[in-house]
Amino acid sequence: MAVLEVRNLSVDYVADDGTPLHAVADVGFSVEQGRSLGIVGESGCGKTTVMMALLRLLPEEGRIVSGQVLFDGQDVLQYSESQMRQVRWRGISMVFQGAMNALNPVRTVESQIVEALQIHDVVEQRRAARERAGELLQLVGIPPQRGRQYPHQYSGGMRQRAVIAMALACNPRVLIADEPTTALDVMIQAQILELLERLQAELELSLIMVTHDLGMVAETCDDVLVMYGGMVAEKASSDVIFNTPQHPYTRRLLEAFPDVEEPDSDLASIPGNPPRLDDLPAGCRFEPRCECPERGAICAQTAPPLVELEPGHWAACHSVRRVG
Amino acid sequence: MEMRSTPILQVDNLHKYFPIPRHVGDVLARRPRRSVRAVDGVSFTVQRGEILALVGESGSGKTTVGMNVLGLQQPTEGHILFDGYDVTEWSRGHGASLEAADRFLVPLSRRRRVMTLRERAQMIFQDPYESLNPRQTIFDIVAEPLDIHRLTPSRTERRERVRTALETCGLAPADHFWDRFPAELSGGQRQRVVIAGALVLEPELLVADEPVSMLDVSIRAEILNLLRALRRERGITILYTTHDLATAGFFTDRMAVMYLGRIVELGPTVEVLSQPRHPYTRALISVVPVPNPRRRRQRVILEGEIPNPIDIPPGCRFHPRCPEAIPACREMDPRLHPVAPGHDVACLRV
Ligand SMILES: Nc1ncnc2c1ncn2[C@@H]1O[C@H](COP(=O)(O)OP(=O)(O)OP(=O)(O)O)[C@@H](O)[C@H]1O
Ligand SMILES: Nc1ncnc2c1ncn2[C@@H]1O[C@H](COP(=O)(O)OP(=O)(O)OP(=O)(O)O)[C@@H](O)[C@H]1O
Ligand code: SF4
Ligand SMILES: [Mg+2]
Ligand SMILES: [Mg+2]
Repeated sequence: MAVLEVRNLSVDYVADDGTPLHAVADVGFSVEQGRSLGIVGESGCGKTTVMMALLRLLPEEGRIVSGQVLFDGQDVLQYSESQMRQVRWRGISMVFQGAMNALNPVRTVESQIVEALQIHDVVEQRRAARERAGELLQLVGIPPQRGRQYPHQYSGGMRQRAVIAMALACNPRVLIADEPTTALDVMIQAQILELLERLQAELELSLIMVTHDLGMVAETCDDVLVMYGGMVAEKASSDVIFNTPQHPYTRRLLEAFPDVEEPDSDLASIPGNPPRLDDLPAGCRFEPRCECPERGAICAQTAPPLVELEPGHWAACHSVRRVG
Repeated sequence: MEMRSTPILQVDNLHKYFPIPRHVGDVLARRPRRSVRAVDGVSFTVQRGEILALVGESGSGKTTVGMNVLGLQQPTEGHILFDGYDVTEWSRGHGASLEAADRFLVPLSRRRRVMTLRERAQMIFQDPYESLNPRQTIFDIVAEPLDIHRLTPSRTERRERVRTALETCGLAPADHFWDRFPAELSGGQRQRVVIAGALVLEPELLVADEPVSMLDVSIRAEILNLLRALRRERGITILYTTHDLATAGFFTDRMAVMYLGRIVELGPTVEVLSQPRHPYTRALISVVPVPNPRRRRQRVILEGEIPNPIDIPPGCRFHPRCPEAIPACREMDPRLHPVAPGHDVACLRV
């Protein structure tokens, strides 16, 4: 059974003048125990919003309009805030986008982990908490003595490791990493990827990797969800997404991604911009940028339903057909 | 012997050190003056119309090389020849100011004298959001370099130059864009404006310092295709710095791999990527994510990070992290030497 299953999740942000902006519409996916799911899409397509919504950490202007978030089969959207607190960090934990740059500069890394442990009632005594903090640092490859240093004494890669250690404080079963390697150098990126892969195997974590870097997903994830304009464009196993993608957007995205093993191949850009939330297309949200030869008048009129093309392979496009 | 035209750019043994301020304690203890050796002996040439990639991790010295090439910093040692003229002499003799350099140029060449280095070579910086003034219109942003360089052409000529620059960068028709403000453009369009601002002076050399690393994949392709078209259609020479080997592989002719202020491998891009010879290049290539799970590779992960350029390791500066080091690597500083035609490597083991 899936550890985490999100069904038909829709999220609005309420603009200053009160109009709702439909940032996320009808998104669904599931993650099995010990597996990894990559969520990809251009900036602004709603990746972070989905994650914040399922943890019920949306900012004040955010509203979950509909949907279910099943953790171990229970809909956490129905939970009271105190029940939810048992799910956050213990059940599902998250490495927030940009968190490595948001560490408190005037406190040691260890004391920040200790605080996290105490806030989430993992350990009450300070001594036990410090011991656990040392273990966590060791787990992510930081010598525990360095816990007594301040964030500015850490390199970018080490700060990201420290943030991952904090997310693991309560032994979560699902770890969400939101852009964990953006802004890090290639070699440091690879070190963090190896760390996440190792943690996933050792702790039997289910991993959700949120990124705009297709290469990272191809390297680490079992399954992939491609989002466009707040909706699911395509989802399938990594092998299918990277080798036999069906949605025109997925195809264009792959053609735009440079491949170091094929330096001579051309790069196709995707002309135009992602849709604006205050001016969403009536039909398929990708229609204004779509160059698929099979697209038709219907594309501009009706939103395509998400259909299962073959077992486990879903796409939302009027031009794709079911296999067989 | 075949006659070759003067390379547009020759960088010869460039060193750039930044002194570290000494504390009273250092002076009392007679600790020697120390400095950040950001660039520590770099040489390369770029032919007219060529695209050279300068790749390396953060702190390897890429931006510093770019700044020195443009005369925005004064080299500690070494020479930079732009179209055969020694840029470093001007900035040395006349301070770092380029206006002085401009004056120095006057006797040099009749045809060139109005075209100073800064017009002929332009730099585009990394972050498209920071480098655009949000209160200026696109027209004013692109026209600004004309004023800075006191090239005050007639109003019509000014408009035409801005129009050409914008349209070359794919912002066509120009008058559809030039009254707008940066916030009204997409990320890719904003980066095109930055490039248009560099092109309005019709430079021959463009130093593009990580021009796409802040951009989304789809926009990245758009900008890289633009740079490639600039070379093809206008013969512009490009020095492209990046830490991303995959984008460098896509459109550059040659690639120089930097580590701690030195070039460790230099050769034709396709050859460097398909037959890397330096252990550092091999490791870097092995960790570039490949967009296909069927081609997952064995990664060579180097431990730790680039050391601080204040304390450069003796011998081969890469030896503490090198998976292939032998005892001699701790003592001998390898020179860049040819391993194939046009392909140089600085490693004792090749
Ligand atoms: N607090 C907010 N109020 C209004 N709109 C918001 C708010 N937060 C996000 N949005 C909008 O919702 C959309 C989705 O944003 P989100 O941050 O989820 O995207 P993302 O896919 O995570 O992007 P990125 O890759 O840049 O992190 C965007 O159009 C964004 O501008
Ligand atoms: N003005 C300066 N004063 C002191 N040190 C400097 C200065 N400019 C650069 N450095 C140092 O020189 C080294 C090389 O810096 P440089 O910016 O050239 O690297 P880079 O390869 O462009 O890195 P990045 O990928 O992070 O942009 C770094 O260690 C940097 O901290
Ligand atoms: S010289 Fe030695 S240490 Fe340096 S790269 Fe070659 S093998 Fe490695
Ligand atoms: Mg995000
Ligand atoms: Mg730089």
